[in-house]
This record gives sequence, structure tokens and C-alpha cells, in this order.
Amino acid sequence: MSLHKTEIQDIELNLLLQAIYMKYGYDFRNYSKAHLKRRILQRLKLSGLKTITEMQKLILWDTDFYKIFLKDLSINVTEMFRDPDFYAAFREKVIPDLRTYAHIKVWHAGCSTGEEVYSLAILLKEENLLEKTQIYATDFNKNALEVAKQGIYSKKEIDLYDQNYKHAGGKHKLSNYYTSKYGSVLFDKSLSKNIVFADHNLVTDGVFAEVNLVFCRNVLIYFDKKLQNKVLRLFSESLTKRGVLCLGTKESLRFTDFDNKYSVIDSKMKIYKKLPETK
Amino acid sequence: MTKAIVLGASFGGMEAIKNLLFMLPAQCTIPIVAVLHIGNNTIDTYLSMLNKNSHYNVKEAEEKESIKPGNFYFAPPNYHVLIEDNFTISLSTDEKVNFSRPSIDVLFETAAWSLHNELIGVLLTGSNNDGANGLKTIRELGGTTIVENPETAFAKTMPETAVKISHPHFILDLKEIAGKITELTNE
Ligand SMILES: C[S@@+](CC[C@H](N)C(=O)[O-])C[C@H]1O[C@@H](n2cnc3c(N)ncnc32)[C@H](O)[C@@H]1O
Repeated sequence: MSLHKTEIQDIELNLLLQAIYMKYGYDFRNYSKAHLKRRILQRLKLSGLKTITEMQKLILWDTDFYKIFLKDLSINVTEMFRDPDFYAAFREKVIPDLRTYAHIKVWHAGCSTGEEVYSLAILLKEENLLEKTQIYATDFNKNALEVAKQGIYSKKEIDLYDQNYKHAGGKHKLSNYYTSKYGSVLFDKSLSKNIVFADHNLVTDGVFAEVNLVFCRNVLIYFDKKLQNKVLRLFSESLTKRGVLCLGTKESLRFTDFDNKYSVIDSKMKIYKKLPETK
Repeated sequence: MTKAIVLGASFGGMEAIKNLLFMLPAQCTIPIVAVLHIGNNTIDTYLSMLNKNSHYNVKEAEEKESIKPGNFYFAPPNYHVLIEDNFTISLSTDEKVNFSRPSIDVLFETAAWSLHNELIGVLLTGSNNDGANGLKTIRELGGTTIVENPETAFAKTMPETAVKISHPHFILDLKEIAGKITELTNE
């Protein structure tokens, strides 16, 4: 029986992912296949190559090509106070709980260029909780982390961020937290005092701290079911008893192994609380 | 045997999808996954209206959900919908395609990759160019393609482009499409 063109491409795709893992240590083998295939076929078209097999040769031997390719695979789209309703719900339903803690530790996984991290820091500051909070913000994309550390963003986006901030229940003005210079804004160093930005790969690295709160929004959607479960296990192991897990608004525990391991704090905003018996 | 229908519509699509759905006979339960370019604020009311008035269970597509008969899935606003080989749904916030997110092309292409000839692609009214390339992929990989007749569609640009680019199997008036789907899925 002859194989369909797309089935041959699937074989090539699997071989390519294996090759990348062996050469570079980045493990994309359990990312969403449909998503990977789209990105890879796009790059194929752009670079005038005929088959994924030809591309594999370039990826193994031409590091510059690999760098471009890696960019294709990482989606860093993010914004400040993305899904403002989520932050409003967080303020209302999670903050009261956090207030009772002597010390708060947060793991912000897949933080991309950091806009979300500064959003959380601002929210915590307004609730007078920032001083007693330690935030670990991680991503496996070093370029994104570099931007996150700087805390400098384009002024073009700031109107949207300002709207989001207000909609999220912001208490002052977003401009209280940054200084503008030329076309950029620089977020206040007092916000990042307790933030550590670090390189961490959710697929291949393990638990590195025990935390009260895990923020991992819009990252799991790029993974297949198996990998989602693996990463959710990592979060469960990192969370303290009754720790809180925040996912993206279109992500959920519903079709995973962890559905019955958490109670729901806000079903629409995907805020969960680890059940005491969950390890 | 057809396993699923993918459906795309843009300007004028709310009305067109509603009419199409209401014309499908009760024994037609083949899963349908749709991208409709529609604002964030109207989708909830629209879906619950469709759900109430049809035999399908109409819902927003959820991340990693299995695709099942009797269900009619809509892409959530601002997310692409992709279909995986194991007949589950993935969502993504990748950049816009054809200035659209959700994009019809993304749904159609990934559906074609996983379902080959077990797929029907249907493109309705709209005033942009989304869906044409996706429909072409469906056709190339053995699926059946239907485009709403541009002459009678509410907005003709989208079906017209699709006809040109994908050379669909059928070009039909909206009211004929339900019958064609029934016929094709009964085979
Ligand atoms: C779409 S962004 C989400 C950013 C932010 N959390 C938000 O919701 O706005 C996804 C991020 O996940 C990161 N990511 C993807 N795979 C990863 C992995 N295996 N380990 C760590 N980070 C990963 C990407 O680099 C990217 O920055």
C-alpha cells in the first residue's frame, strides 16, 4: 500500500524532532503535532525546500538555520493583563487566601517576555503583598527571558495594556509603574526586586522550588495530552498543600489526569486549588 | 466514510450557518467543526441560540477535547482551532492568518492532514480570502469540497476566491448544501 504524502511527512516530522532532540537537547516530540507541522511546512515553503528531510540536513549542519527554525517553533505572543477578567477574578478569589500567608512563593512558568510577570507584580503591590512575595519567572527561550529581565516594552502597546489594567481592576494608573523614554517604557525596578528570571525547560527540567502559586498560561496548549499530563505532574509536585494553579482561559484540567486532583476556584478563568490529598 | 465536516464562514456567516444547521435532518449527527469570524461579545448568545433550536449539541471547541458525533464545535474568538491525528482539538494563539484568528485555513489544513478523504470541507459567505487555500488542501488530500454559490451568497468574495483557487467538487446555493451533506454522509 502506498502512503499518502502527508503520512510520509509525518514520518519525516518525527525523525526531525528526534534529530533535534539528539543534537540540541530540545525536546519537541510531544508538542501538538498539528501545530508543529503547520510551523514546519511554513518554514519549508519560505526557504524553498522540497521536503522535511532536506530541512533536517540544514537543521543538523547549519546552526544559523536552526536558530531561525527555533524561533518559528516558539510562540511568544503575550501582553500585560492579558484576559483582564482573569486578573479581576484572581484579585477577588485568590488574594484573600494569599493574605493569610507569611511568605508567598510564585512560579511563573512560560513567562515569555515578562509582561505577565510585571502585571502580577503590580497587582500584588496594590494589594500590599509584593514585599513578602518571591516570584520565579521561567521560560526556555533565552531571548524572551532577556527582554523580560530588562522590563522595557514598546510604547505602541501601552494603550492596550492601560485598558487591560483598568478592566482588571487596577487601582491607580498604569503609568505610575513605568517611565517613558523615546518610544519605550521601562518598568519600575521596585517591581522586579523580588523576581528571579531563569532558564527552565518544562519538558526536560524538574522541580526547583516549592511554591504556593503556579502561573502557567497559554503554554500547555502547545503540548499534546501526554506532555500536558507530565507538566501538570511537575506543577502538582511543586505546589504546596492547597496551592493554587492558574492556567490560560482556554486551557483546562478537564481532559487531563488531574481533573479530580484540584478543586475549582473559578471555572471560566481556570483557577484551581490543589486538593490536600493530592501529592 | 466521512468522519467530520469542517465549515468556514465570515461576513454574513451567522445567518448562513444558522440556516444550514436548521436544514440538517435529525439523523445527521456527523461532527461539525466551524470557524466563524465573529466578535467576542456575540458568540455566547449565538451558540446558545443554536444549541436550543437544533438537534446538535452546539459548543465552543475546547483544548484537547475529542471530536464526537452529535457535536457542533465553534472556534473560540481569538484562538485558532487545529485538528490532531487522534481526532482531538488543539487551540493556538499563533499569529493571525489571512488577518484572522481563528482562521479557516488553519482549521481546514490541519483537518485535511488528519482526515484525508474522510472529510468534507464547506465554505460559505464572506468578504475576505480566508479558507480558499485550506479548501484546496482538503481537495488535494482526497476530501470532498463544497462552496456556497458566490452569486447567491450574502457576501461573495470568500466563496468566489475559493472557487478560483480550490476548484471545489460542488458549488451550491445555501439551501442545497444541507441536502448534499446528507447525501454524502449517507453513502
Ligand atoms: C504563548 S507564550 C505565553 C506567555 C504568557 N504566559 C501569556 O500567557 O501571555 C508561550 C511561552 O511558553 C514558552 N515555552 C514553550 N515550551 C516551553 C518549555 N518546554 N519550557 C519552558 N517554556 C516553554 C515559550 O517560549 C513562550 O514564551
